[in-house]
Amino acid sequence: MPESAKTVREISFHVTRYNPENDRAPYIKTYTVPVHEGMTVLDGLHYIKENLDPSLAWRYSCRMGVCGSCGMLLNGHPTLACNTQILHIANADLTVAPLPNFEIIRDLVPDLAIMFDKHRSLKPYVVRTDEAEINDPAGEFYQSPEDLEAYLQYTYCIKCACCMAACPTLATDARYLGPMPLAAAQRYNEDTRDDGRRERNRQTGRAYGAFRCHYAGECSRACPKGVDPAKAIQHLKRRLVLDYLHLSRRKKPCAKLHGPGQGKPLPNIPAAPAKTA
Amino acid sequence: MRETKYWTWHMAAGVVIFFLLGLHMLIMHLGGTTHLFAPFGGEAVSKVNSVFRDGRLFFTVTYILLLGVALYHGLYGLRTILFELTLKPIVEKLVTFVFVVLGLGLFGLGTWAAIVVHAIAKTGARG
Amino acid sequence: MAELERHDNRLGIWGWLGGGRWGVERYAYILHRLTGLGILLYFLMHIVVTSLRARGIYLWVEGGFFHRPIFKLGEFLVFAAFAYHALNGVRLVLVELGFAVGRPIDPVYPYKTSLNVQRPLLIAMMILAAIFLAAGGYEFLGLAK
Repeated sequence: MPESAKTVREISFHVTRYNPENDRAPYIKTYTVPVHEGMTVLDGLHYIKENLDPSLAWRYSCRMGVCGSCGMLLNGHPTLACNTQILHIANADLTVAPLPNFEIIRDLVPDLAIMFDKHRSLKPYVVRTDEAEINDPAGEFYQSPEDLEAYLQYTYCIKCACCMAACPTLATDARYLGPMPLAAAQRYNEDTRDDGRRERNRQTGRAYGAFRCHYAGECSRACPKGVDPAKAIQHLKRRLVLDYLHLSRRKKPCAKLHGPGQGKPLPNIPAAPAKTA
Repeated sequence: MRETKYWTWHMAAGVVIFFLLGLHMLIMHLGGTTHLFAPFGGEAVSKVNSVFRDGRLFFTVTYILLLGVALYHGLYGLRTILFELTLKPIVEKLVTFVFVVLGLGLFGLGTWAAIVVHAIAKTGARG
Repeated sequence: MAELERHDNRLGIWGWLGGGRWGVERYAYILHRLTGLGILLYFLMHIVVTSLRARGIYLWVEGGFFHRPIFKLGEFLVFAAFAYHALNGVRLVLVELGFAVGRPIDPVYPYKTSLNVQRPLLIAMMILAAIFLAAGGYEFLGLAK
């Protein structure tokens, strides 16, 4: 056993359990887990499932903070179980609960369908009005690094729902779109290739849209990827107000590059070798 | 987009209130330090000082303006808080209706009072 | 290790205030709502009470119903609520219209968010609120003449 794998401490995992077939309400079950350096909460849950209680259910996939499946409430903080070292957040006790503001399917598995429905309602994709160009593209769209920077941060979202669990408005308002869908809307609104902002404004500018955000900042604090949904929503609100007051600058149509092979090569770049197939 | 309109004016009303209610607070609560618009000394809220301010058109106009924007800002804010409790649509409509009636009613009352006291103060000053 | 008893997860008064789990902006948001509700309640009554002067009724002057220390204290609380609500409101107007949150950046761990960008504004506004509160308190205690 490597030095780092020695048990440092035993930690009590207070895990929320709920099986809709047998339980009327969620309850907390405590498991004692021997923890070694470098062990994540996800590893701890695996230890419980393999050695203590095979009936424990949770959702996970990549175990490296990329897929966004294992969002849960750890010691009251919504965060990713795979991204959290047990010894960084727990001395003797660790509460593991499903993300709040969602219905629980079982144990630590929240039902995120409502979030994805809201997400879908905001058309989270590049909307174009020039159908002919889409069907028969004349060239590639060009974006400068500055154009890219205007929305790049928001593209890192992994839809883990930690922001939705942290949001105080969502704690009471079931219809509020929430930080993740609104940040996604802003990501596409700011994309120079997109023409769908006014369509999205009809949703984001409604009663349950961006104006239900009051900048408590919890979503940005919770985000495990640094996406900063609160910032996205404030910029979204600004755009909504400017659109309402007709003060938005007219958007320049996205520049297009030449079609493949039509560009002018730089002088010191050798010609491509002849095609072999 | 209707909410965008309401919210934009909620913000704008907030800015107006910041200045007008700020002045009001300077007069009423920091009067001992600033001695603003209270020429008769003593408490800023004393009857003579009140009547002095009521007789000036600036105060009558700003009272009515502040009344309107503050009612809008406050009632819209409360409506937002209530709506965040996921009310039924019929209850939301009722809340909006009650707030509109309450707001217009109090605006009418306050406007009437500001104009009446302005007239009284003017007559008093002349007589 | 001895078997651990069921952990009492209540954090007491500190937990009541959020147990340090929430950020300062969350508390600012809660206080903004509470002060707003307080000011609105006062304001609605204030309209009625002050409108009575059109009929010559001055309930707040020397000898009037509202000229009692308890109401003076209440008015000071309204003043304090206003000082907070107004100055925090200035921050919120700037933040919510996207002026004080910064441009999108490349998220590099440890993440800096818009919360860090607007924090100096929050601190400045709270210092200003404290100054106004001190001035109002000085007056409330009858020290200003």
